[in-house]
Amino acid sequence: MTQFEPVIGMEVHVELATESKIFCGCSTRFGQEPNTQTCPICLGMPGVLPVVNRKAVEFTIRTALALNCLINERTWFDRKNYYYPDLPKNYQISQNYACLGVNGWIEIPVGDSVKRVRINNVHLEEDAGKLVHTELPGADYSLVDLNRAGTPLIEIVSEPDMASAEEALAYMVTLKNLLEYIEVSDCKMQEGRLRFEVNISLREAGSSKLGTKVEIKNLNSMKTALKCIEYEMKRQSEILASGGRVVQETRLWDEATGETRAMRSKEFAHDYRYFPDPDLVEIHIPPSWQEEVRQNLPELQDAKRRRYIEELGLPEYDARVLTASKKTATYYEKAVAAYHNPKAISNWMMTEVLRELREREMDADELPLKPEGLAAIVRMIDEGKISGKIGKEVFQKALESGEAPEAIVQREGLIQVSDTGEVERWVDEAISENPDMAEKIRAGNEKTIQALVGQVMKKSRGKANPKLVNELIRQKLTN
Amino acid sequence: MELFRLTAHELAELLRRREVSSYEITRAVLTRIAEIEPKVQAYISVTGDEALQMAKEADELLAKGEAPSQLTGIPVAIKDNMCTRGTLTTCASKILGNFVPPYDATTVARLREKKAVFVGKTNMDEFAMGSSTENSGIKPTLNPWDLSRIPGGSSGGSAAAIAADMAIVATGSDTGGSIRQPAAFCGVVGLKPTYGLVSRYGLVAFASSLDQIGPITKDVTDAALLLNELAGHDPMDSTSADVECPDYTKFLGRDLRGVRVGLPKEFFGEGLDPEVEGSVRAAIGELEKLGAEITEVSLPHSPYAVATYYLCATAEASSNLARYDGVKYGLRVDADNIIDMFSRTRSAGFGTEVKRRIMLGTYALSAGYYDAYYLKALKVRTLIKRDFDQAFEKCDVIAGPTTPTPAFRLGEKTANPLEMYLSDIFTISVNLAGICGISVPCGVSQSKLPIGLQLIAPAFEEGRLFRVAYAYEQATEWHRQRAQYVTL
Repeated sequence: MTQFEPVIGMEVHVELATESKIFCGCSTRFGQEPNTQTCPICLGMPGVLPVVNRKAVEFTIRTALALNCLINERTWFDRKNYYYPDLPKNYQISQNYACLGVNGWIEIPVGDSVKRVRINNVHLEEDAGKLVHTELPGADYSLVDLNRAGTPLIEIVSEPDMASAEEALAYMVTLKNLLEYIEVSDCKMQEGRLRFEVNISLREAGSSKLGTKVEIKNLNSMKTALKCIEYEMKRQSEILASGGRVVQETRLWDEATGETRAMRSKEFAHDYRYFPDPDLVEIHIPPSWQEEVRQNLPELQDAKRRRYIEELGLPEYDARVLTASKKTATYYEKAVAAYHNPKAISNWMMTEVLRELREREMDADELPLKPEGLAAIVRMIDEGKISGKIGKEVFQKALESGEAPEAIVQREGLIQVSDTGEVERWVDEAISENPDMAEKIRAGNEKTIQALVGQVMKKSRGKANPKLVNELIRQKLTN
Repeated sequence: MELFRLTAHELAELLRRREVSSYEITRAVLTRIAEIEPKVQAYISVTGDEALQMAKEADELLAKGEAPSQLTGIPVAIKDNMCTRGTLTTCASKILGNFVPPYDATTVARLREKKAVFVGKTNMDEFAMGSSTENSGIKPTLNPWDLSRIPGGSSGGSAAAIAADMAIVATGSDTGGSIRQPAAFCGVVGLKPTYGLVSRYGLVAFASSLDQIGPITKDVTDAALLLNELAGHDPMDSTSADVECPDYTKFLGRDLRGVRVGLPKEFFGEGLDPEVEGSVRAAIGELEKLGAEITEVSLPHSPYAVATYYLCATAEASSNLARYDGVKYGLRVDADNIIDMFSRTRSAGFGTEVKRRIMLGTYALSAGYYDAYYLKALKVRTLIKRDFDQAFEKCDVIAGPTTPTPAFRLGEKTANPLEMYLSDIFTISVNLAGICGISVPCGVSQSKLPIGLQLIAPAFEEGRLFRVAYAYEQATEWHRQRAQYVTL
């Protein structure tokens, strides 16, 4: 049977983290009452005019520079004309003829090496609103919420340079990390701040001839994008294997069925009739502005990694893991700022914290335990207030309740006992209750010391300082 | 004394001397409207109660000697494509038949701030698309000089209201001649400012790169007074020019020594009515007498102006008018699905000419035609602009006819859109070039219809227009002829 390989390109839509919308002063806040974050301008009322948000332009320049794009010194907005009820003007102000950034690239990890994915362009546009389909039985209408209409959006269009679902995932992850690093978006996928469109075709393995591509819209998470790619690879290879031809079309991902379906021709326009928006003037981006944006770029991943090694003394491996996501790095830095033991905190990050993030499918900023809490746990261990084991228990409890670790330790009486008198009493009791063990230790069996320490810890319900217990047992049973 | 017959500057003087109140003037104008409006049909809305209230507020300021402007207390008519907070703004279209904006256009806000008195919203061609006001979706307006004729368009309501003394000053908008052509047809003064001089915020867009708001007044001085209030940078309009605006009345003088007036030979060719040509040439003789030097210039791409305009303007309009879909405001005709709802709403809401232009513009922007039509038109537009640049190397202002003929009869050109389009042949290129032009009365035809002289100046040189137009006006009597011929 013929082997097929996919050729994948992606369009990634990113909602920018500006305070206000792209062409008016309305707030971009998420989750507000429908149509409360609107004004005549973003409602597309008669006679109103757009004025571009400089911050949105600056964020787009920042993104284009971070993606190694050439910046068009003269750039402008074009109107993309199509009718849809969530689009108040029935045209979207976008860019088509002179996108802000062009011809860039990004490196993604593939196995042990890296691969360069070319970026066709980065452009700035306005988001549309949302249709709310009512679920009332018999309702024959939909509602329109225009809170999101006019939120600044950048679209990052890649070349079809990805050759597998894994590469597509690596692209999405790398891009998301980069966008977080340059602080242009919080990339919250569940709020629709990061959205994906995939174009995919199959060709015979080893061939250089491109097949017919299919575009899939409406992918709201990386997981969905991945499922969609896998589904399309299967669908298209079945068509090709049975001698059929793939139809060039736009398809929609249907989350309910886990399949893609062709959009009805009325659901999208074939001809957007792009033309320069006469309500807006050309934007001039001289080299001096580009340089200014470049100078003010936040610390990127490589620089951060080097700093962790040089200034915090972390091993290369730790630094790499911690900087893989900006949000993880920020969490780490906040914890270190609260309590300066970079290596100990790093150890906790790489084990407990990252495991929790993976299991909960969360970003570090969403973790119920704040970085200051993690720092408190590490400090309490360092200060001998609690044992490492208790520390892990407190970590879990804090994650569940969101309570401050110090409070948990107080309330549950988990403070480690280092008072020699009290610990000595537990040791004496343990020795008299376990004469066999005591005998073995006296005979020089080192291993049994640990077993007896365990008994003492059990007796103290974990609160005894294990180092002190160890010392006391040795004092009493060995020379 | 019939207060409604006076000009704004005459009334401002009476107000200043407290010989009359704004309330009295406003009442006089409202009474005049009540009497004449059934014959002329210049207004879509008359806002009498609001006007009298505004007049009282103006009088309070005037009494304290704190009038912020010469237009404080002066009755103003506003074209119905400028948004007025709380007052119906229809664009003479059924699709906006119930639209009450929650905001003022910047120009309206500026006049409101200066305590001008809004007497009503004037009729127009639907969405400013037309040259006769016959394309109004509400009713036609008639020319006060001859009720069997059209007042011109698209600002026909404003021009007719001024000609019939149903307002003291009025605002119009000019995309291809929509201020100057009706001003010429109604024997009044109309000025199309430089693109970017007056804010477009709140002006319901027809063709964004061409639209410009300007004054329609009884004489040149009033035009300067009104432009003083309208002009100036607006941060709400990205295309608004950030330029210092002079007091335009300071250009009003009687002497034209050293002024070079260029006559474009293309404006005096075939299709120009001999009576119009005679009046315009006589006017040029008058300018010469006043000290101007007359020189011939050429605008070689003029023959392409109308075609270029009908590609640029319709392309923009096809997109600008897309928002009228029944979803958010205005007319909605329900249907079983959204596509049919859009389609039925727009079919019922737009008139024939608007539909024609939406289709033209959609076609010009379509894949495969964009380069041949829209892009080509943009290139010709650049050439037309360059024509003017070159002509202005030889002269300070350009003079010629505003229209090829005087006002035509109702229904005369409605069957032939192309012929209708040609009535803007001398005004259109000014919009394409983004420069300024004014029409002033310069004659009366044998059939007792007014004739307009058009003066054109480079961008932001409105001062030159005022200088030449005022000197001409003061040296002649044409602006006073109206009283004799308009006998309603």
